[in-house]
Amino acid sequence: MQIKTYADYTANGETPEILFWVGCAGSFDQRAQKVTKAFVEILNHAGIHFAILGKEEMCTGDPARRAGNEFLFQMMAYNNIQTLNMYEVKKIVTTCPHCFNTLKNEYPELGGNYEVISHAVYLQHLINEGKIKLKDGGVFKGKKITYHDSCYLGRANGVFEAPREVLESLDADLIEMKRCRTNGLCCGAGGAQMFKEEESGETRVNWERTQEALQTGAETIASNCPFCLTMLTDGVKKNEKEETIQVLDLAEMIARSL
Amino acid sequence: MIQIIQQIAFALLSFAAIFLFSKKVLEIRRNILLGKDEEITDRKNERWRNLMLNAFGQKKMFKNPMVAVLHFFVYAGFIIINIEILEIIIDGITGHHRAFLPFIGGLYPIFIGIFEILALLVLIACIIFLFRRNIVRIKRFNHGELSDGWPRSDANYILTFEIVLMSLFLIMNAADQSLQSLESAHYVQTGPLWISQFIQPLFGGFSETALIGIERFCWWGHILGIFVFMNYLPYSKHLHVILAFPNAYYAKLENKGKMNNMPEIQQEVLYMMQPELAPAQTDASAVLKFGAKDVMDLSWKNLMDAYSCTECGRCTSACPANQTGKKLSPRKIMMDTRDRLESVRQNINQNKTYQDDGKSLLHDYITVEELRACTTCNACVEECPVSISPLDIIIQLRRNLVMEESNAPQEWNMMFGNIENNMAPWKFSPDDRDEWTRS
Repeated sequence: MQIKTYADYTANGETPEILFWVGCAGSFDQRAQKVTKAFVEILNHAGIHFAILGKEEMCTGDPARRAGNEFLFQMMAYNNIQTLNMYEVKKIVTTCPHCFNTLKNEYPELGGNYEVISHAVYLQHLINEGKIKLKDGGVFKGKKITYHDSCYLGRANGVFEAPREVLESLDADLIEMKRCRTNGLCCGAGGAQMFKEEESGETRVNWERTQEALQTGAETIASNCPFCLTMLTDGVKKNEKEETIQVLDLAEMIARSL
Repeated sequence: MIQIIQQIAFALLSFAAIFLFSKKVLEIRRNILLGKDEEITDRKNERWRNLMLNAFGQKKMFKNPMVAVLHFFVYAGFIIINIEILEIIIDGITGHHRAFLPFIGGLYPIFIGIFEILALLVLIACIIFLFRRNIVRIKRFNHGELSDGWPRSDANYILTFEIVLMSLFLIMNAADQSLQSLESAHYVQTGPLWISQFIQPLFGGFSETALIGIERFCWWGHILGIFVFMNYLPYSKHLHVILAFPNAYYAKLENKGKMNNMPEIQQEVLYMMQPELAPAQTDASAVLKFGAKDVMDLSWKNLMDAYSCTECGRCTSACPANQTGKKLSPRKIMMDTRDRLESVRQNINQNKTYQDDGKSLLHDYITVEELRACTTCNACVEECPVSISPLDIIIQLRRNLVMEESNAPQEWNMMFGNIENNMAPWKFSPDDRDEWTRS
């Protein structure tokens, strides 16, 4: 896969249309890497000139900040903003809602001002502008899909409709869970929970959420977040449904329908 | 003579009630201002809009329309019936009866009729609310921090109180009408009143003296009840009837996902990265404390949140941690903050200034386990009808735990180490960050 970095573009005196912020999960987590690649496939299909930061990208600091380690967050933010400002980055698209939230809402007051777009919204634009054409009668046509609102795209940033519009473009049968949109139930990973064992309780948050998703009768659980993806996949396995139910990111679903 | 005594007694009681209430209000104000400064003066138009929508219009309540309508009756009743109380106060001080009647004449029974309908609606709503709390036993009213004790009784006292007040108001008007039909002196003719005329038949055959007794008893009971209610408010969750308004106005306007910045740390990191920017001499006297350990470390808005909480438990019902059996309950975070703040208030009242009592909000009221369970999903913030953010308090306590006490689970310490050394929360080499492009 030939992917240019921002440094490559700059060396040639060019500027890419967008910076694709891959995020740590998208870079290192095997499952999330598939989402990264699917999104790259879509960008290439649409003929978007995009760059990644490559080795120069660092954690945004989101889990550190939410765990309470503001020093570490500020250090990561400082370094990332230095890099982004050095390249004079204007527009960032990211497949991780945690990165999205930090870049969009928390970097500006630290001196990092960019137009930050979540991949769900970006996909919606690409579809609406006709830059990507989806197959008629694609793999998801008529299939039952339920959509899980990630907290950091949903409640945290009010993005509820764009991902649903993306799913509707697949001609799928979208079934809502009881708790959706502003009432959506967390997958259990946010606030740095992803990186520690859950506190003791009656059940796990991801099991509870997966139960609700399974109750819709959907064959596919659509998500927009690498952490939700992990949590819900784990929930499906716990229910021994991994043979029949798949948990997919929006980008993967669109890539499969090109 | 009795008339004059009544007037003097009334004037003294009103004065005492208003004096005590004002004193308590000032004390709460002082208590809220124990919190750290946080300047909230921007975007006034949006703030007024939020006040109108969320406090006046109770927008969030309408997620459950049935409850919203019932609550709206009680709230509208509470506000509008206050106009009637104005007349009662004037009557009480001047010795008139129905002082507004001569000014509006034919409109008078219509006004009173509307008040009576509202009184009836308040009464019905409060009965339904008591039923929901105690017979249907809705989970959020009977669980966790609301399973017993003061918080549970507080809610029931308020509802019972409202029912008694409204009944007194209606019975008073009914007795009044019986007295009007007897053409008792002092009781001016109003014509039939919309609701209380149906209670009036109960008083058929009562003597004038008995009726005056009933009317006076209800009149005094009603107004004394209101004075008691007013002075009960500041001790109760019912303070939300007042604080919901400023709380809606001062609520956060940015996206919910944005956490408050800590400029002092931002600066420190800047000086570390670019030492040439650091001032030659630092002021060593300014001892910084990171995050919040006690209520005084929180902002005044957090403290006003605590006094605004009506303990409805919508936050806790929506909390993923609580719903899966974890110890965290956002409502308890708010109740603990208020309880701690009240103990600080007593401490200040006794000692003039706050004397260390060896306690703090963190650990003595809110435990580490509760704080660790939060996923920062913002469901509690989204749910709150009176614009409270329990999350903001949780985060500040977490900051104190990690930065002051170095108190973090082992996995988090590893995550911190990985971010610091590998620029990612997992133990991967930063050189492999773009490895996926080659596979």
